[in-house]
Amino acid sequence: MNIESVANPKIIIKDLNFYYGNYRALKDINLSIAEKMVTAFIGPSGCGKSTLLRTFNRMYQLYPKQKATGEIMLDGANILDSKQDLNMLRAKIGMVFQKPTPFPMSIYDNIAFGVKLYENLSKHDMEARVEWALRKAALWTEVKDKLKQSGTGLSGGQQQRLCIARAIAVKPQVLLLDEPTSALDPISTAHIEKLIDELKEDFTIVIVTHNMQQAARISDYTAYMYLGDLIELGETSAVFTNPKRKETEDYITGRFG
Amino acid sequence: MVNNEHTSKQYDVELESVRERVLLMGELVEKQVRFAIDALSRGDIKQIDRIIADDHRVNALEVGIDESCSQIIARRQPTANDLRMVMMVVKTITDLERIGDEAKKIALTAKNLAQRKNLALPRFDKIKHVANLTLGMLRQSLDAFAKLDISAVAQVVRQDELVDEEFRTVMRYLVTLMMEDPRTISSVLEILFVAKAIERIGDHAKNMSEYVIYMVKGRDVRHISVEEIEREVQR
Repeated sequence: MNIESVANPKIIIKDLNFYYGNYRALKDINLSIAEKMVTAFIGPSGCGKSTLLRTFNRMYQLYPKQKATGEIMLDGANILDSKQDLNMLRAKIGMVFQKPTPFPMSIYDNIAFGVKLYENLSKHDMEARVEWALRKAALWTEVKDKLKQSGTGLSGGQQQRLCIARAIAVKPQVLLLDEPTSALDPISTAHIEKLIDELKEDFTIVIVTHNMQQAARISDYTAYMYLGDLIELGETSAVFTNPKRKETEDYITGRFG
Repeated sequence: MVNNEHTSKQYDVELESVRERVLLMGELVEKQVRFAIDALSRGDIKQIDRIIADDHRVNALEVGIDESCSQIIARRQPTANDLRMVMMVVKTITDLERIGDEAKKIALTAKNLAQRKNLALPRFDKIKHVANLTLGMLRQSLDAFAKLDISAVAQVVRQDELVDEEFRTVMRYLVTLMMEDPRTISSVLEILFVAKAIERIGDHAKNMSEYVIYMVKGRDVRHISVEEIEREVQR
């Protein structure tokens, strides 16, 4: 399959394969991620969409038996290159998980913690950065009077926005969201979706979601994956009205298994 | 044809029910048109009254199908071919309902003329021909919908051009009649309205065929040339 192309690629993936031990979870993936757009990965459980997302910041490297081959080019450098500095990579590519994971510390420190790893800011600049991140994550007005309180005391939806604020506080270029709303109620979900729409002005966003309607609502591009293969990447407006591949159509219309 | 089934059988049942009712509505509308044209030359008041009375059945079907489509959109969030099916249905029934209105209009004129004993004038022959053409178009469009078969769509579009041409010919002929004998003006005008109604039925039938292309190919072919439609069908 040719590299599925987009207008203005931020990440270009070439012949990517991924192995859990001997199991090949991604098969010759070729795909581009458009800059400052939202790209959604959809597909049934086990299709490889989360695995693919996790290759972008080499999360898999925490586990010895997992390995990726091929190329993931970010601004001309291969993410998979062993010379790639992992800490710098993860500063460029932030990630938010399905379950909110606030650190057991104050709301303020939740944001400042990551920034301190990369930058040496004055107290004043750090305060400004924390406020900036919380404002970007649409959380500022709700927490500005309780920055010293624990992050774990927030509601689920607020915790998730705190995690997004933490991820963007280090000013990454790419934001990876792995089912960021599947543990949230519809109102919190709507807040996060609105937030994603605003964040794409500054960041390239890749989201894995089980909720197809969510992909339809918020993404610019949709990639459908099945059993480790990329079946189709297309503009979301086309994928949900007139997909090119029958497999995609069967999945998004609910004619699946 | 939408080939394999949804995981949710109930969803299949809902879509199939909508499709069946559109076909029922199509059948009814086609009958209304056929009877209305027939009534023009025969002037059977009973038949005319039945056409006029049956129009509400067409309207009721439209309202019911529309409601079902709203429900499907709200509850199922159809996508891809399901979405295109629902969109096609919603548009198709609007055209069918309007065809129903045109049939009623023709029936009312027939009644008027019959009551004035002005029927079976030779000028209806001209209209009969156009009427048969449009009836054929309507049948082909309903067939295309039923089978999701777009092979005859281009032909329907061409026939519509022919119908438009024939309508202009009829109009010229009727204008001549009126000029020759001004006493005929009021009845000839009625015939002109009938001709116009038939021409409109052709337009609606053409629309319905074009929606089927949208359903099958995902391409909106309204307002493009027939040559381009032919290319789309073959693609």
